[in-house]
Amino acid sequence: MSEIIKKNLSEIIDLIKKKEIKSEELVNLYIDKVNKSKKLNSFITTCFEHTIKKSKDFDKKPNLNSLLPGIPLAVKDLFCTNGFKTTAGSKMLENFIPQYESTVTENLWKEGAILLGKLNCDEYAMGSSNETSYFGNVINPIAKDTVPGGSSGGSASALAADLTPATIGTDTGGSIRQPASFTGTVGLKPTYGLCSRWGIVAFASSLDQAGPMTKSVKDCSIMLEAMAGFDKKDSTSIEKKKENYSKNLKTDIKGLKIGIPKEYRVENMPKEIDELWNKGKSILKDLGADIIDISLPHTKYALPTYYIVAPAEASSNLARYDGVKYGYRSSKVNDLIEMYENTRSEGFGDEVKRRILIGTYVLSSGYYDAYYLKAQKVRQLIKKDFDENFGKVDAILTPSTPSSAFKIGEKTNDPISMYLNDIFTVPVNLAGLPAISVPAGLDKKGYPLGLQLIGKTLDEQNILNVAFAFEKNCNFKNEIKNWWL
Amino acid sequence: MSIDKDKIKHISKLARISIDSKKSDSLAKDLTSIFKFIEQLNELNTDKVEPLSSILNTPLRSREDKINDGKIRDKILENSPKKNEEFFVVPKVIE
Repeated sequence: MSEIIKKNLSEIIDLIKKKEIKSEELVNLYIDKVNKSKKLNSFITTCFEHTIKKSKDFDKKPNLNSLLPGIPLAVKDLFCTNGFKTTAGSKMLENFIPQYESTVTENLWKEGAILLGKLNCDEYAMGSSNETSYFGNVINPIAKDTVPGGSSGGSASALAADLTPATIGTDTGGSIRQPASFTGTVGLKPTYGLCSRWGIVAFASSLDQAGPMTKSVKDCSIMLEAMAGFDKKDSTSIEKKKENYSKNLKTDIKGLKIGIPKEYRVENMPKEIDELWNKGKSILKDLGADIIDISLPHTKYALPTYYIVAPAEASSNLARYDGVKYGYRSSKVNDLIEMYENTRSEGFGDEVKRRILIGTYVLSSGYYDAYYLKAQKVRQLIKKDFDENFGKVDAILTPSTPSSAFKIGEKTNDPISMYLNDIFTVPVNLAGLPAISVPAGLDKKGYPLGLQLIGKTLDEQNILNVAFAFEKNCNFKNEIKNWWL
Repeated sequence: MSIDKDKIKHISKLARISIDSKKSDSLAKDLTSIFKFIEQLNELNTDKVEPLSSILNTPLRSREDKINDGKIRDKILENSPKKNEEFFVVPKVIE
């Protein structure tokens, strides 16, 4: 029976549809493993009573035509869930119980999925290793001393450890793709505006996007189909018809033009990543794709741009945490200003404070033009790089990360070295494009590495197809030994 | 741009975050290195570039100015750290 939870989401859906397993039985298998996997610290909150009740309801009247029939799903703790604690990994929201549901999770429940729990993440999604969470580090099931990546680290860890058949994360600068790469899973950041941001704890609103994290590309297409869709409650939601990504998935990529940007071959990149990138190229070439060298000349400026734009938006978004209407309030409150200052000092962790201060500074009087406006201009150049090349190519292939999963504590004292993790993922957020990370191989240590496929605006189907074809021909196998049980 | 303790004091005041002086040294060091990194952008001439504030090229939608929810006072008060019947409670502001 426990073999079932090792299966991909699409296989589990088939078992439910063939009535070979009931939703309640499935739910109990996951609950059992979640209970035995506390060492990973991937969950912040569980809601098993709710999960079991919902699965019983499903079994009584199963709607087998939905996309996620009776499937338990744990989600990143950045999505507001009505009646269930949503912390964003922060002391500030330690006891916050939303009175409404995020659109994306609501879409999942409408398709038959059931909330299993809330997954750990970097505080307010600010981090690349899950080490900034107020609720502690998350362990990568690949090896006990390694980080799962971040900020959707709990999501990646829980997925790779078979604690949820699929999950969702958010990606502002790589927070879905980097942890997916670190855990040998698939992660997709959709086009900006494809998934509603309503009810997601805001970090940087012009960059934030929710997306699926799964064990296979097919699973990814199912989850995306369930999550995506126009929402009038999000003013930047794109108005378009729903697509059947899973039904339209195909492996024929003959004649597709795949761009290889030379600027992604960075200094000090491990040889293994270069080799893997070459392997990716030759697999796609063998499948009939044309491999074309391209140039994205402003790539090197993406991270510095991001570290102006994202903190600026964060400083503005996080101004709402004042200890008045919800969230933490300091007990040291002699007057109103002191209440604000102590609440925010005690409620936010170091990385969040760092970013609020950066953001406040770049937006402050006298510095706005030199930093924020400059960054917006460079953002334009980065977007133009992509626009110009997407006339010539259909998708772009790059490594997902400049290294495999690193050790806990290895980069916590040096913010810049931590930020450099997102060097290959950040440009995509700045340009609002869709991108998927697919596992491609293991390094010497046996840690997984991913390749990233970047697509044109709203061309999710195309990158899913290329990833699907790649996955079928790559023979990647994740080696997770359940050492923590 | 080097960030010193005075600057940290100024920014943290703007951001309404109290920072103790012990923390302010390491913050100044971190922020200095981050700004050094950020300032790579000055290598680029952007005089003729339009700033990009949103990647969507359609204007934001407007909606009819009509009330579409309400009567959720209790829900809104549910998570407040301190309340008194239907009010949020804060320290005294006016003498």
